[in-house]
Amino acid sequence: MNVLVSPHNKLLATEYPQVRVVIVGHVDHGKSTFIGRLLHETGSLPEGKVETLKAISARRGMPFEWSFLLDALQSERDQGITIDTSQIRFRTASREVTLIDAPGHAEFLRNMITGASQADAAILIIDASEGVREQTRRHGYLLHLLGIRQVAIVVNKMDRVDFSETRFREIAEEIRAYLIGLGVNLVASVPISARNGDGVAIRTPAIDWHQGPTALGVFDQLLPATSTQDLAFRLPVQAVYKFDDRRIIVGRIESGRVSVGDEIVVMPGAKFARVKSIETWPVPHESHSSRSVVAGRSVGITLDREIFVERGNLLALSSTPPAVSNGVRARVFWLHQAALVTGTAVVLRSGTAEIRSEITTVDKVIDPGALQPSATNTISQNHVGEIEIALKAPLAADSYAVNPSTGRFAIEVDGRIAGGGLILDMQTQRAQRSLSRSTHYLRTADDAAKRIEALAHHLVQLSAPDRISFLRQEIEGRIVFTTSFGIEDQAILHMINEADLDIEVVTLDTGRLFAETYDLWAETERHFGRRIRGVYPNNVDLENLVDRQGINGFYADPEARIACCFVRKVEPLNRALAGAAAWVVGLRADQSAHRQDMGLVTADPGRNLVKLSPLFDWSRQQVAEFTSNNGVPVNSLHAKGFTSIGCAPCTRALRPGEPERAGRWWWEDEMKRECGLHNNR
Amino acid sequence: MERLDELEAQSIFIFREAFARLKKIALLWSLGKDSNVMIWLARKAFFGRVPFPVMHVDTGKKFPEMYAFRERYAKDWALDLLVEQCPPIEAVDRTLPPAARSAARKTEGLKLALAKHGFDGLITGIRRDEEPTRAKERVFSPRAAEGVWDVRDQPPEFWNHFNASPPPGAHLRIHPILHWTEADIWAYTRRENIPIISLYLSRNGRRYRSLGDADITFPVASNARTIDEIIAELHATKIPERSGRAMDHESEDAFERLRTAGYL
Repeated sequence: MNVLVSPHNKLLATEYPQVRVVIVGHVDHGKSTFIGRLLHETGSLPEGKVETLKAISARRGMPFEWSFLLDALQSERDQGITIDTSQIRFRTASREVTLIDAPGHAEFLRNMITGASQADAAILIIDASEGVREQTRRHGYLLHLLGIRQVAIVVNKMDRVDFSETRFREIAEEIRAYLIGLGVNLVASVPISARNGDGVAIRTPAIDWHQGPTALGVFDQLLPATSTQDLAFRLPVQAVYKFDDRRIIVGRIESGRVSVGDEIVVMPGAKFARVKSIETWPVPHESHSSRSVVAGRSVGITLDREIFVERGNLLALSSTPPAVSNGVRARVFWLHQAALVTGTAVVLRSGTAEIRSEITTVDKVIDPGALQPSATNTISQNHVGEIEIALKAPLAADSYAVNPSTGRFAIEVDGRIAGGGLILDMQTQRAQRSLSRSTHYLRTADDAAKRIEALAHHLVQLSAPDRISFLRQEIEGRIVFTTSFGIEDQAILHMINEADLDIEVVTLDTGRLFAETYDLWAETERHFGRRIRGVYPNNVDLENLVDRQGINGFYADPEARIACCFVRKVEPLNRALAGAAAWVVGLRADQSAHRQDMGLVTADPGRNLVKLSPLFDWSRQQVAEFTSNNGVPVNSLHAKGFTSIGCAPCTRALRPGEPERAGRWWWEDEMKRECGLHNNR
Repeated sequence: MERLDELEAQSIFIFREAFARLKKIALLWSLGKDSNVMIWLARKAFFGRVPFPVMHVDTGKKFPEMYAFRERYAKDWALDLLVEQCPPIEAVDRTLPPAARSAARKTEGLKLALAKHGFDGLITGIRRDEEPTRAKERVFSPRAAEGVWDVRDQPPEFWNHFNASPPPGAHLRIHPILHWTEADIWAYTRRENIPIISLYLSRNGRRYRSLGDADITFPVASNARTIDEIIAELHATKIPERSGRAMDHESEDAFERLRTAGYL
């Protein structure tokens, strides 16, 4: 609708702060009438519009209806209710306003949400004679969930209560208490009669007792939404374009800023690279090309190395990564006809990521329209509640308190948006626990034996890369690959990377590794374009150990050596595997007599997980050929006679003819030369 | 961020969502100021190249200047241009008022083109401020088979999550400039130096604010001979943009009927 002008001023629109204001409230409390009146009072209506409205009203035998201005649909005019959100623009003395008229009928709450989600501020209208009603409370509550913090109250139809100041104060006080309880900032409360014009643009004698602003004056107090530029950089990836020789990652920056040269991390998966360029069209003159871009912009960037990036990933600066989790706790509003209950399968949409998920808990359910909380674990249509969600793939996001843009999501059911929510917690213990409960592969010992046998039977027929991929498909929940940068580990990392599998890669840094191993760690990260997380000994335990046995005390006896292995390797490993469903390792059967008893796939009952050794039946020769053929970097110590490489003080080169692991803890009995990582407990 | 930059960023985001989420899309080019801005935005979104067809549903009754513009810029902008003809007036709903009936030919042409090419998404240049029923639109707006718009059952759309799964046989209308105003279109056209058809500029005290079929589109009184003058004029006028489009004004619901039946 063409509503472009206000007589109050002649400045250009761009010189005004822009505010988007949604008008909400119970059905029939006068939202559309208020807007019509407001536009009329500010001289914002197109020429001839009032005459058209008069004719439309007369045709229906109705008194003059301002609401017909926004109720543009035939069915809206016939029924006298707003069905869908409308938008209209006008100017006040100091603001360029986009007014969003939201329907007040409970049936059209999804339309109210659609409208209100675009607003910076809200005006909540209440009928003076009816007072606070169901949708008044429901809309108030949803405004808070939608992140709208500025709300003004307009008490309409004051003519019906003889412009009673007492009645106005009674209503204003009731809703003020409710909104402040929700954490909403109440900007002002204004008494008006939209039909007659009292209090809309001028304070008429009938309401001369009112000290605050008129309804029009309220708009000048509203502020545009605050920018997210000062938060951490977040870029949800919309797509990667390869229209020419560039690989351009595109998306809109949700928060923060990024510059050419910054090191970014692609989540989930923790792949690292630097921003090589910011691409724009038309191609600017060299001196004008962008070096830095900020929140709100739709951008295209290229990276300095080829790492796998796809729609749904989240880019962040490596210094400020988002949280990654398979479970979230959230407060949600629900719009779907079928109620949300434990076990409901949904798609969670966060940024550009779409993740199949299951609701694992529902609690704190509220009908925001009612005064009493409901004691149920079912979130019905138009109700609100808290849920825990188990995700089938990890989500990179923030909690809403940390970042409002990346801390909210939509829920889709059968391809249609069914609700939305705010992330309360990305790493809840409860969500993690319920996830491992609901998705754990090994439920009972009997069950485990059968499952492992079936899995082994299938896996033995597959190639090593397919074994890892199959495991990923078969098992829900976290899978962790622990690497010590041995030649087998390098081969497995190559396979994981090639298939872009969602498997965490970690290494245990004992603090006593070879310099060559650290060099290879760095080289491996460069080669694969991803960070490999180091897990470290607990500093207190380590300090006590060294205090007790001395810095090289492990040579003294096997007990001392095992104590050292425990503090430096086993305890950190247990932490790395906590909550994981499966563990991938580089064991081979022919490495030692002891390892032949292990297996391609086994249960680790102590850690309650499935352990896969995808190269179990490979020979060392096969592994060496694989890494060489694929150009995978390997530890330079291998060429110097070191085969199995662990901590520097406890590993030596082999003598001709010695078995592979003879160089590990060489001074001990050969049957017991394990650190404890692979001992089934 | 300045308003035009915000608008541009949002439109580019929408273009990229449509391209990522749908299988076969096309952009509807009416040759008017709005769809020219759209093409410009699409070129920005995809780094100079529009990676899907640009379709002109031709009533055969456009102004000669419009056809000349189409031929020139389809070539200059390297567009994958599809021109689809509309059926004769006899094929159109007889109960519609005359100008609306004439405009409804475009709806029929659109349906034929949809059936022929099997698009699951059509990008169109409607704006909320043009007309009240357009103000109620979604950015991703589902259309049932036959292109029907069910305004009573529009899905929720918030936080830039769009519904992009049309049921079989249906398609989506995607509206990348829904949130722009007429003044924004001109300010952006000026800033980006986007070519326009000369009919928008005043000649002999008259100019066209909105371009459609030559027989049902009328000029408004105006002395605006440059885009700057158009912008100044828009800040002073109270005349609606589509006042020169006859089909909007024949009856109270003429335009709504056109739209629910599949018009833009």
